Amino acid sequence: MQIIKDKQIIDDSWSYVADDAELKDGDISVSLARWKKDKQQLLKSTSKIGVRIGPADSVEDIAADLKDIPLIELDFPAFADGRIFSHAWLLRGRYNYQGEIRATGHFMPDQVFYLSRVGINAFSLEKTEDLPAALSTLNDFSVNYQKSIC
Amino acid sequence: MYQYNDTDQTLVDQRVAQFRRQTKSFLKGDISDDQFRALRLMNGVYIQTHAPMLRIAGPYGLLNARQLRKLAHIARTYDKNYCHFTTRQNVQFNWPQLEKIPDILEELASVQMHAIQTSGNCLRNTSSDHLAGVCIDEIEDPRPYCEIIRQWTTLHPEFAYLPRKFKIAVSGAKLDRAATQFHDIGLHLVNNDAGETGFRVLVGGGLGRTPVIGQVIKPYLEKKHLLSYLEAILRIYNLFGRRDNKYKARIKILVKESGLEKFSELVEKEWQLIRDNLELDSDYITTVKAQFAPPAYETDAAQGSRFTQHQLENQTFATWVKYNTADHKIPGYRAVFLSLKAPDSPPGDMTDTQLDAVADLADLYSFGEIRSTHRQNLVLADVKQADLFPLWQQLDTLKLATANIGTATDMICCPGLDFCSLANAGSIGIAKEINEALDDLDYIHDIGEIKINMSGCMNGCAHQSVGHIGILGVDKKGAEWYQLTLGGSSENEAAIGERLGPAVAKDQITQAITTILDVYIKQRLDDESFLNMVKRVGITPFKEQVYADN
Repeated sequence: MQIIKDKQIIDDSWSYVADDAELKDGDISVSLARWKKDKQQLLKSTSKIGVRIGPADSVEDIAADLKDIPLIELDFPAFADGRIFSHAWLLRGRYNYQGEIRATGHFMPDQVFYLSRVGINAFSLEKTEDLPAALSTLNDFSVNYQKSIC
Repeated sequence: MYQYNDTDQTLVDQRVAQFRRQTKSFLKGDISDDQFRALRLMNGVYIQTHAPMLRIAGPYGLLNARQLRKLAHIARTYDKNYCHFTTRQNVQFNWPQLEKIPDILEELASVQMHAIQTSGNCLRNTSSDHLAGVCIDEIEDPRPYCEIIRQWTTLHPEFAYLPRKFKIAVSGAKLDRAATQFHDIGLHLVNNDAGETGFRVLVGGGLGRTPVIGQVIKPYLEKKHLLSYLEAILRIYNLFGRRDNKYKARIKILVKESGLEKFSELVEKEWQLIRDNLELDSDYITTVKAQFAPPAYETDAAQGSRFTQHQLENQTFATWVKYNTADHKIPGYRAVFLSLKAPDSPPGDMTDTQLDAVADLADLYSFGEIRSTHRQNLVLADVKQADLFPLWQQLDTLKLATANIGTATDMICCPGLDFCSLANAGSIGIAKEINEALDDLDYIHDIGEIKINMSGCMNGCAHQSVGHIGILGVDKKGAEWYQLTLGGSSENEAAIGERLGPAVAKDQITQAITTILDVYIKQRLDDESFLNMVKRVGITPFKEQVYADN
């Protein structure tokens, strides 16, 4: 599957493993709940492990583990759930997270610009045919009034 | 008045291009209704009963003559020759075509205007005192801070999808003319013990379904911390505000449910972590302040006797001066209210002809600037007293000189069932009926200061819950009924009106209002105002008469 990462459309190999599914090989992401529960086992895995965070999760809960996590997925259950934007800001701005932050779930291509400004650097869109349009929205504005975080 | 720099202009131009693309995609079917709804609302576009409605930002109520002429042009070209001024100092067009809205936005951008964030669950247009910079009770001019907030809120990436809309108002005077206690955040410029000026910060006020008076969260905030403190409040609200029920999603509910103390703690903790990185640079404040420097007032404006003479010779003019002008900090100048409440026109509406004419009058008499007010009137803020007579004559011809500012016929009124898809009941028709019943200006003046606010549904766009008399349209089995409240106020001694009794039928509402006013005339003490009488006697004497007549 293709995603946008660092302003490029690239092939991507990560997959999400649901809480009730078996872990598998390859680069996988798990829910925050599963991470907290199976952290020791997950850290021993040869796979790269990412953690998926929903709007109702607290970013603070994972702050201490961030150095061990190469990917944080911020998952939109609905595009209007703006908590994701603050989660991204906190990850980059407060906890100085250097890994990949990826938006997943139900968000609009037209939100990619704002999401990129709060520190999200990868976008897995619902429809891959929207990728070029979403990528071009990154150029919608050449000026802004607030500092962006990346 | 603030003039755009290259950054400001580029931003609004690029916003137009962005919305043009979004509208095109929607019309092609590439964006769903639900998704486009969020995008269009953040550009002020509603889908209404008859047509889309476009709400344009009047940044803290300030407009110049060129912008007014542009509004006239838009009214003529894209609408039905009129526009509507709102209680948050914005301007609405009721009849544009969706596919033309990008063109309208482009026209607006050419005169440094936009419709950004005039709707939707985001940071809205900042409102302020319509007498800012000229009033006699000012601590400090709030407009530079309004502009700083305007810039900070505009396209803020983190706070574009809040639980619900978010409104900020700033007042710099002793008398609160901006209803700051009924905003999500209210800011008051105040002096501290050391004589420095900063902000008293209120949070969690609001009108609508659940009217709440804002509470003080920070008695004194240094100016340099303005944006960091706003950001702290917004981040806490964005993370913890309720999203499960849109009627419980405003910050007032979060503050109420968590309690002010706990909410303050969260904000304080957040603020301590960000405050040092977000300090306002004093050069930036100075640069913005310079844009609001006073105009070139004449030093001899108070001299000459013509103004006094005209008042002695012309009673109608003298009455207009009394009701429709306000004291000015510069001797010989007055601030002039243009009443958008002429008896036969919908409250807050203006025609293209009036807009053009007022632009000319502003150029001629008031340094080319116009303000819109929280009560849906306009102000020419800097008029020499010697110019008042010719100005009045011209306003009279334009039907903008009804001497009713602050009186019973200066009603705040929403568009109601005639235009709005949310409304349960009509409001413009009722306003007209009340106007006809109160067609004697002497009687209106005898009643004196009274604020009647009327909304066509409980969303409360016309702030009925803080009207001295509030009228709220409700639907009862398909019929239009009206609930009355008495004793509300949005000024310093803020209060939410008390319900008078059961709703009144449409054909009884005007009678009910006139009965209330009669009770007041008969039972008031000396020069006691309506609001003070309600405070003294409560609602019972009014209730007895209103329901006795029914």
